[in-house]
Amino acid sequence: MIRFDNVAKRYPNGHEGLSGVSLHLEPGEMAFVTGHSGAGKSTLLRLIGLLERATRGQVWVNGRNLNKLRSRDIPYHRREVGMIFQDHRLLNDRTVFDNIALPLVVAGMAHAEITRRVRATLDKVGLLKKEKVLPITLSGGEQQRVGIARALVSKPPVLLADEPTGNLDPELSREIIELFLQFNQVGVTLLIATHDVDLVDRLGRRIVNLRQGRVASDTVRE
Amino acid sequence: MTRQGRSPKFRRNRNPVTWLLRHAQMSLSSLGRLSRSPASTLMTAAVIGIALALPSGLHLLVDNVRQLSSSWDGSASLSLFLSEAVSGEQAEAVRRQIDRRDDVAESRLIDRNQALAEFRRLSGFGEAIDLLDDNPLPAVVVVRPHDSVAGVEGIARMAAELQAYREIDMAQVDLQWVKRLTAITGTIEHGVAILATLLAGAVLLIVGNTIRLDIQGRHSEIEIVKLVGGTDAFIRRPFLYEGLWYGLLGAAIALLLVLLSLNLLDSPVQHLAGLYASNFSLAVLDPLSLLGTLFGGPILGLAGAWLAVGRHLAEIQPE
Repeated sequence: MIRFDNVAKRYPNGHEGLSGVSLHLEPGEMAFVTGHSGAGKSTLLRLIGLLERATRGQVWVNGRNLNKLRSRDIPYHRREVGMIFQDHRLLNDRTVFDNIALPLVVAGMAHAEITRRVRATLDKVGLLKKEKVLPITLSGGEQQRVGIARALVSKPPVLLADEPTGNLDPELSREIIELFLQFNQVGVTLLIATHDVDLVDRLGRRIVNLRQGRVASDTVRE
Repeated sequence: MTRQGRSPKFRRNRNPVTWLLRHAQMSLSSLGRLSRSPASTLMTAAVIGIALALPSGLHLLVDNVRQLSSSWDGSASLSLFLSEAVSGEQAEAVRRQIDRRDDVAESRLIDRNQALAEFRRLSGFGEAIDLLDDNPLPAVVVVRPHDSVAGVEGIARMAAELQAYREIDMAQVDLQWVKRLTAITGTIEHGVAILATLLAGAVLLIVGNTIRLDIQGRHSEIEIVKLVGGTDAFIRRPFLYEGLWYGLLGAAIALLLVLLSLNLLDSPVQHLAGLYASNFSLAVLDPLSLLGTLFGGPILGLAGAWLAVGRHLAEIQPE
């Protein structure tokens, strides 16, 4: 589902975000990317979502070589990759419902279908009663769940999360991770970047540790 | 997952009905967004309106002046100064002869005595004239050309023909001011065209700048829409509709301003025309300027929005 072949990303200021990373995620696999800040976790995710392009090597997502993707195809690629951010990236002047509906509106889905899908997704993340409120009135954990619902609502095969628990206390963090495990059970491929090693250590999932832009270890903790 | 061969194609929604529906929704939601800040929307639209009203208003003014001058050169008269050899009785015969011409609507003889009396009355040189032994003034036949004599050139040609008569010393047409007026309206018309071009440019910049500010204000929204897979066309659309609405609102305001000005000018013009015993009335907006304003406004708005969107949307990329 996701494959990196000797990928490097060098920024215009000379900083090397990634250097020589090779990685392969099977469809339906769930993996965590760990490492200190600046180790290249975000860069890895950004290359998958085509927020940036690799300077060397090849990135494959869902059977497509991203290097060969034209700029006008990027929006269609992003519809297949749900992205979740530490700072949620919600529109604070729109209701929770409208925020979650955005990917479907953008894809030109019919109104009735949008309502049905958004409600179903709200139900999944446990926010059914909050659809009419503005995100700003919600707690951090709830806002993050709105962000997750938005990434999930169009049923993308790939879900990326960049420090999704970064601002949450341990209990809320576990709830979020629990949600991700549920999604994975229905076949979504997940790649989650986190610096919180304690949180993911005992889940028995694959953990890719990055150090200075290189894969330092790639293990499954039982 | 295949690593060889062609990548799978993306599914694109190309249903024309959905497409039309989305455009309709987008145009209405753009209008809704504008109506949520009515003061600033109206202010921008008013600026556009004034910029559009100026050229069409001036065009109307030139139109009216031209109409005025054409109605006046039709009623211009020729003064035929008879030669001194023509006696009083002969003068009347000459007048009758001229009056028979097809291109003469009306003629009137001012004989030498009448001319002298008139001169004495109007010039204030009465006493000086009394010193003269005989009357130095010629008899004059005043001719009003027929309506079929068109324009400045027609009257000038007629004057030349009359001048050829043996009894006529000089045929004078006082058309200089009409020619000048025509030249002036022509010049003003060119000025209006230049002004219209400049103001069209101004409208383009006004809309462009308004849309630019709007794009900046919705920076994070654009970023998020790009993140969830919004195409450039999808992101562009609301801004283009906004430009279109601004142009349309501006055009409506422009027409309103022109009609209001016409209304305000109507009664003083009627009064003035009454003093000149003329049945002149202000021309209304011709269909060309009406349609020009009504369509030109939205087109300029759209073009301005397109310029702004083209320049500034690509700069916003999700972080």
